[in-house]
Amino acid sequence: MKAFVRQKGLVAPLDRANVDTDLIIPKQFLKSIKRTGFGPNLFDELRYLDEGYPGQDCSNRPINPDFVLNQPRYEGASVLLARKNFGCGSSREHAPWALEDFGFRVIIAPSFADIFFNNAFKNGLLLIQLDEATVDRLFDAVEQTPGYRLDVDLIEQKIMTPEGETIGFEVDAFRKYCLENGLDDIGLTLTDNSHAIREFETRHRAAQPWLFRGA
Amino acid sequence: MAGQTLYDKLWASHLVSSRDDGTSLIYIDRHLLHEVTSPQAFEGLRLADRRPWRIDANIATADHNVPTSLKERSAGIAGIEDNVSRIQVQTLDDNTTSFGIETFGINDVRQGIVHIIGPEQGATLPGMTVVCGDSHTATHGAFGALAHGIGTSEVEHVLATQCLIQRKMKNMQVRVEGQLGPHVTAKDIVLAIIGEIGTAGGTGCAIEFAGSAIRDLSMEGRMTICNMAIEAGARVGLVAVDDTTINYVKGRPFAPTPEQWDAAVESWRSLVSDDDAVFDKVVTLDAATIEPQVSWGTSPEMVVGIHDSVPDPSQATDDTTQRGITRALEYMGLHAGQKITDIQLDRVFIGSCTNARIEDLRAAAAVVEGRQVAGSIKQAMVVPGSGLVKRQAEQEGLDQVFRDAGFEWREAGCSMCLAMNADKLGAGEHCASTSNRNFEGRQGYGGRTHLVSPAMAAAAAIAGHFVDVREFVDTPAPARRVAGL
Ligand code: SF4
Repeated sequence: MKAFVRQKGLVAPLDRANVDTDLIIPKQFLKSIKRTGFGPNLFDELRYLDEGYPGQDCSNRPINPDFVLNQPRYEGASVLLARKNFGCGSSREHAPWALEDFGFRVIIAPSFADIFFNNAFKNGLLLIQLDEATVDRLFDAVEQTPGYRLDVDLIEQKIMTPEGETIGFEVDAFRKYCLENGLDDIGLTLTDNSHAIREFETRHRAAQPWLFRGA
Repeated sequence: MAGQTLYDKLWASHLVSSRDDGTSLIYIDRHLLHEVTSPQAFEGLRLADRRPWRIDANIATADHNVPTSLKERSAGIAGIEDNVSRIQVQTLDDNTTSFGIETFGINDVRQGIVHIIGPEQGATLPGMTVVCGDSHTATHGAFGALAHGIGTSEVEHVLATQCLIQRKMKNMQVRVEGQLGPHVTAKDIVLAIIGEIGTAGGTGCAIEFAGSAIRDLSMEGRMTICNMAIEAGARVGLVAVDDTTINYVKGRPFAPTPEQWDAAVESWRSLVSDDDAVFDKVVTLDAATIEPQVSWGTSPEMVVGIHDSVPDPSQATDDTTQRGITRALEYMGLHAGQKITDIQLDRVFIGSCTNARIEDLRAAAAVVEGRQVAGSIKQAMVVPGSGLVKRQAEQEGLDQVFRDAGFEWREAGCSMCLAMNADKLGAGEHCASTSNRNFEGRQGYGGRTHLVSPAMAAAAAIAGHFVDVREFVDTPAPARRVAGL
């Protein structure tokens, strides 16, 4: 996974609550057995005027000019500004894969769905939860200011706005550590905990043998 | 010290280690795998040269992509006409074969939707931790098991370490007290709950469903409720263990052996929240006031009773909600104030991990029996949740009831719940669906989903539009045979 330390990125506003994972990446693209290549189909039903199918060349498809990510002023955006309950719905990790593949590294919203939140951090995305009032203010600022960029600093846990304002944010110590270092948590679990897992397993098997087949 | 909730107990009994910031490692007893969210995890495992930690904890089946027509199914994996789907199903088969994971193949009678077959096989047991790369894993919480959906990176983590990195959630209790009206079902309860607390109402929480109306439900009804905990924003839904739970589990293939049984039951008896347990949030509903529910919009919280009307965006309390309603009405092709009973339907889908168990099919068949699907309905289909549910229904003659009425009777799978196979809605079509999500495009590009109970879907199929199943069943069917004649 890509490490994230600090980035100054163009902000794209997606002014819609409860953006679900079906909207982020429609199910027909879930048939892929790969982890990459989902970017062209991010928000497929909003971005294009036709129905997409897996493996297709998206460069000739009719695009929806009204959709925010199709507007030239947001081209190259790496910070997505969203509304509450972003990422609700299914557990598909294809959603963060698509967002990351498209070029997003940071998503800011008043709230996120739990599974999506977890999945995103495991794929190098930084999700920042800010209160509604701050998010509202950012939406206004982005709309009014072409080329609006936010400087997001994970180490300091701060966002610097072009107006010179500093907005602090929370992030779990463990998630921060993995993201900063681009670490795969499976390796970490195995190095730090193999012994503890084996011990737990032995006790657990003795107490509830029916949880283990062939026990 | 205050008592523990059921969730607290399950968490404590699976905690392997935890860090200062609350990040914890919890042990996983059961891991269910399917074709959509596992290929990248197996690939990751191979690339890192890792082996699964404990093979016997895993069970796999293909469900999301499998065709439901007998023609395609009878030829096995090779018969899947869609190339991309076939490769994905084949990949699951290859992966599970090479790692030695028990798999219910596409023509195995035990094949079905993961959340239906786990409980059916007794592979979901009280006191377990159960995970699957699918958000509706919440279903298994009906057994007093800690069950939740995970992403693909977590699938790989569980395969490699038998553990999951988690933070403890908050405790929420939803109490449903009193008696349900006739023909009002578990599905109506859970839709009413979501209508009340919203799709983010349970975010960050494990929801325990309690109260007399929940206790009175069968295991299947409890599964329907826990299944949709995720639509209420909660990864975890739970119901405490009681005799209903224990009786359901007994004798199933993966259940404890006769020698283990008494010890197992004794340990399961403690899987209830203590009387003095404290919940962070409590919501109470009166079962008697719950009407048969119908969703009108593009989020499961956009739901009303059958005698209500589609809401008016101008009545909304804030801007975001108002825009949400306006956009939903536009997508759904409905107008403010339109009566729910005036919504004309194009298709009817009875199936999914929410409502494709035997009791669901019985409830639908009871409404359908002796009646005909309305001529205006293009397609009405019943997709049993597993091969075993299908076989049971056929033994009871339910398939004939459905076929006689004009329904299609299909092979088990997720089918039109998410339309990854050939079963889908056309653009603009309205569907009465017993599934769990009404998101834009969920059941097909441009498709319009209305979530309802199996009985309500059945009644809608006959009428061609939504009707109150309670009034409907009181009117004798024109061609119904009278018992004994
Ligand atoms: S039936 Fe629907 S909700 Fe359930 S697992 Fe399948 S696709 Fe997911």
